Amino acid sequence: MIDLLLAQVQLQDRANGGASCVADNGFCPSWIVDNFNRYTDPLVQHVYLTLVSLAIGFSISFALALLAHSRRWLVGPITQITAVLYTLPSLAVFFLLLPLTGRGNTTAIIALVSYSLLIIFRNIMTGLDNVPGETKDAGRGMGLTDRQLLWEVELPLALPEILAGLRIAATTTVGLATLAFFAGAGGLGEQIFADINFKSNVVTAGGLAVLLAAALDLVILLIQRLLTPWTRARAT
Amino acid sequence: MTTSYAVLGQFGDAIRFIFEGQTSTEGTHVGGSQFLDLLWEHLKLTFAAMGVACAISVPLGLWLGHIRRASFLAISISNVGRAVPSLALIAFFVAYLGVGFLNVMLALVLLAIPPILTNTYVAVTQVEPDTVDSARGMGMTGAEIVRKVELPLALPLMFGGIKTSAVNVLATATIAPLAGINTLGDPIINVSGYGDTGRLAASMVVAALAIFTELALGAVQRAVTPAGLKLESNTASRRMRLRFGREATT
Repeated sequence: MIDLLLAQVQLQDRANGGASCVADNGFCPSWIVDNFNRYTDPLVQHVYLTLVSLAIGFSISFALALLAHSRRWLVGPITQITAVLYTLPSLAVFFLLLPLTGRGNTTAIIALVSYSLLIIFRNIMTGLDNVPGETKDAGRGMGLTDRQLLWEVELPLALPEILAGLRIAATTTVGLATLAFFAGAGGLGEQIFADINFKSNVVTAGGLAVLLAAALDLVILLIQRLLTPWTRARAT
Repeated sequence: MTTSYAVLGQFGDAIRFIFEGQTSTEGTHVGGSQFLDLLWEHLKLTFAAMGVACAISVPLGLWLGHIRRASFLAISISNVGRAVPSLALIAFFVAYLGVGFLNVMLALVLLAIPPILTNTYVAVTQVEPDTVDSARGMGMTGAEIVRKVELPLALPLMFGGIKTSAVNVLATATIAPLAGINTLGDPIINVSGYGDTGRLAASMVVAALAIFTELALGAVQRAVTPAGLKLESNTASRRMRLRFGREATT
């Protein structure tokens, strides 16, 4: 049934391809060049889903981490709850949310955010826990209040771990966003799914997703280099 | 208020679908006992992929960790692995190798290897050099050190990697129907025969299965943790790492 539908879609979609390579479901560079524009909208949508989910996920995780930092007993419960959210398969979450939030970006973003919470929260906590006690004592000795200590000493020193967590979350979110079309939110996955037997299509859409993940990873790494010059000095 | 009632109704219908099933639009029986067939296929695919992935990555990780070489490869493979979307991986296998159990299984194996390999490697390299030196001083051979010292001490973290992979493979097996294998993802992907209720029902089963796997493997992970490591793990961060078993940062 679905194969039949897909076959029809394929015939319509590839009308402007022409070459026998395309008819054979092959890998055709010329087709990719000619049809690249059909990937731009899904790519933009993919970037949008990823960035919005990361921004919301980071904000929530950051707030939770600050809360758990001052109230240690919260670390266990928050870790357990976010671990359950992390465990739930995103595809299942999309459809579990569907009756509540309907089809569209909202459902996709809720699922993607819930997946990133554990990764970012745990890394922020690790970063804060790894700040040497002597450094905090020195800060306190200089007369810093708890708030100043947090923002001026602990968080800057935790930045490498925090950004490492963000990198993991970013690549994971790009990957999961390929499933967001099941929730009606489009993205590169929709393009992959539209013609899964056509090598050119799969390689282009899948390749764009991998490139996007790599690019985001690199951008966050560069931000980390800029924000924490001392780590580089220590490494070399 | 009417919407919230409708919501309860849909979830209620889905639960009935899981236990009793219904007649599909194509006249066949779906849900109920038919879900057991899908579950069996789902578990078969997951176990096969995890078995092959463990057989490859555990020995390799132990060996690389023991000789403390190729750290770049062992660590970065999980970064690369994370960047490749599971859907793209399966689509790639379908486009190049075609549909079928073996092809999907191979895609899932590739997906499962990085976390196990990286965790095993990191776990072995985290064993105190002094401990390894003492073992060598006692006259143990390299193989004995791996088997009697490094492996037991590495087990908790290694199982963390296996757990991560198992949950991930289980979740990804949901999209296997794209490659012609009828797992529990069938009602989700090929919604036509099942309807929205069947899709919601399958999502609930897949979600429950993932949580069950996480809890069960977590219990195994605690069971295989050597008594010495349990004594040592009194600090909160250590306990957290053991319970969730994934590395904190890499």
